[in-house]
Amino acid sequence: MSDPEQDTGAEGPATEGAEAPPTRYGVPLTESRGQAVLHPSRDELVDLVRTLRDDEGFGVCVDVTAVDYIAYGARRELPEGIEPQRYEVVVGLLCHGTAERLRLRVQVPGDDPTCPSLFDVHPGTEALEREVYDMFGIAFDGHPDLSRILMPEDWEGHPLRKDNPVGAIPVQFKGVQNAR
Amino acid sequence: MTATDLSRTGEGIQEMAPRKGAGAAELLRELGAVLRMSEADAAALAEQEPGDEEHTMILNMGPQHPSTHGVLRLMLELDGETVLRTKPIVGYLHTGMEKTAETLTYLQGPTNVTRMDYAAPLFNELVFSLATETLLGIEEEIPPRAQWIRMLLCELNRMSSHLLFLATNGLDLGAVSMMIYGWREREETLRLLEMITGLRMNHNFIRPGGVAADLPDGWRDATLRVLDLVEPRLQEYEVLMSGQPIWRERLQGVGVITAAEALALGATGPILRSTGVPWDLRKAAPYLYYDQVEFGVVVGSYGDCFDRYSIRLNEVRESMAIVRQILDRLPPGDYRIQDRKVTPPPRARIDESMEALIHHFKIFTEGFKVPEGEVYRAIESPRGELGCYIVSDGSARPYRMHIRGPSFVNLQSMPHMLRGGFIADAVAVISSVDPIMGEVDR
Repeated sequence: MSDPEQDTGAEGPATEGAEAPPTRYGVPLTESRGQAVLHPSRDELVDLVRTLRDDEGFGVCVDVTAVDYIAYGARRELPEGIEPQRYEVVVGLLCHGTAERLRLRVQVPGDDPTCPSLFDVHPGTEALEREVYDMFGIAFDGHPDLSRILMPEDWEGHPLRKDNPVGAIPVQFKGVQNAR
Repeated sequence: MTATDLSRTGEGIQEMAPRKGAGAAELLRELGAVLRMSEADAAALAEQEPGDEEHTMILNMGPQHPSTHGVLRLMLELDGETVLRTKPIVGYLHTGMEKTAETLTYLQGPTNVTRMDYAAPLFNELVFSLATETLLGIEEEIPPRAQWIRMLLCELNRMSSHLLFLATNGLDLGAVSMMIYGWREREETLRLLEMITGLRMNHNFIRPGGVAADLPDGWRDATLRVLDLVEPRLQEYEVLMSGQPIWRERLQGVGVITAAEALALGATGPILRSTGVPWDLRKAAPYLYYDQVEFGVVVGSYGDCFDRYSIRLNEVRESMAIVRQILDRLPPGDYRIQDRKVTPPPRARIDESMEALIHHFKIFTEGFKVPEGEVYRAIESPRGELGCYIVSDGSARPYRMHIRGPSFVNLQSMPHMLRGGFIADAVAVISSVDPIMGEVDR
């Protein structure tokens, strides 16, 4: 993390320059339909979530999901300096004290679909990360039991990836040799 | 962090291997993350683990067991009659609804999501509609009457969902008459919902832009009839169960979870409230007009199965209080937004206006386009925080739609409630989590 003196709890722009992009804990901050979104890198993610939990009261991780942007036609709204990648892991944090929500969008490249696990900070992400792994094939480093959760364990592929079109995948049955 | 890690993690078979004498490190990893346990505590716990000479047994419960509420499978590690580890195995009802949502227009979306939590379908429709409306930027323009009708339906649905819980909870614990009674009262609320929406379940009634139709004639009397009917019946339940020694013995002190554990595990709804945390999104982050009605947030203090039962029973009363306020305050007006780009024109207009006919045709064939962006909306379903995350690429179909199902996350608290308890209590704990597998597996 960067120097805490400079960024601690900075809600709006951290620096005085009017054109300086807003940050929080040194991480670019944007807004989407009035909802605060942070854009940490993969390396920053776990430390940021831990800092938010310990210092700012974001004690609950409500949601972990992902998006495959490979077929996204529109312009992606990302702050400057954030390189758009194929996958995005989306983490939802909630502060019970102020009912404030934060969303973290982490860019994950398509040729290296890994992301550090949040299990050690919020154990409640266990099943959610397994679901993301199952659906998108994004491996979470440090997850205690990364296995399929919704699909059958011998299923091939990751269904929510955009290169798995609806109806184009043969129905796979357990124990049947030639499904189609 | 390399791509090869993916192959190392493997598509591991969902098994729980028997183990002998789990070490402190293993226990620290397993429990410490949730309990914020120190290494010394973990070492002390490891001492109590069965050693090499003792035998634990892995027992499969479900997916066809009647008390697992559908198709939940639990792998239990037993030391005698004591449960040690539990692994819930889900996915038997997975039908790829999030994938399906990417091929449906926003108007068709509620038909899909309503089938997730089939005991509380209107909440799924509501959260999907709210997320779509936030993306469209028309949230402020939704007519008040539509919002009040949504609240009315949701609270009636919360009643029916909790009555279903009371029925199944009674059944699981051997209070079979309660099963019949709970079902009987739930049927009354479902009949009312059928009168209003046309269907008992999977209503597809709350849609982006408002609701599908105005309330039918006679809805007020029918609602009052149900309220007057259920009120004394709840008293009967109290006599039948709450005050009954056998019922208390089965539930009190069983499946205890602390507030810190529940928060760490992301548990919401009655599970979190049973630990004494007064967290209810209707109060904490009001949506619709929940800030204008008076109701209480029911909390427990022990975090056990009895608290969770009692919270749900009393939440039926709170919902009925909200419904009575809605009956008094329901404003006249439109039941959906009159924006021809979002909602279809009234049927009568189609006969006289070419433009209305075109709008009607376009909405039902192409759907309406939603500006690009992403949004997360959350509401309080009977089971906890129900969230919807939608990414739009500016087309008429969501680019990605994700539902954060409360049952899915709440299931993770089950191993911690079961640990150290008796196998006979497992049924009580499963029941008190009240998982709806359609929502878990989606």
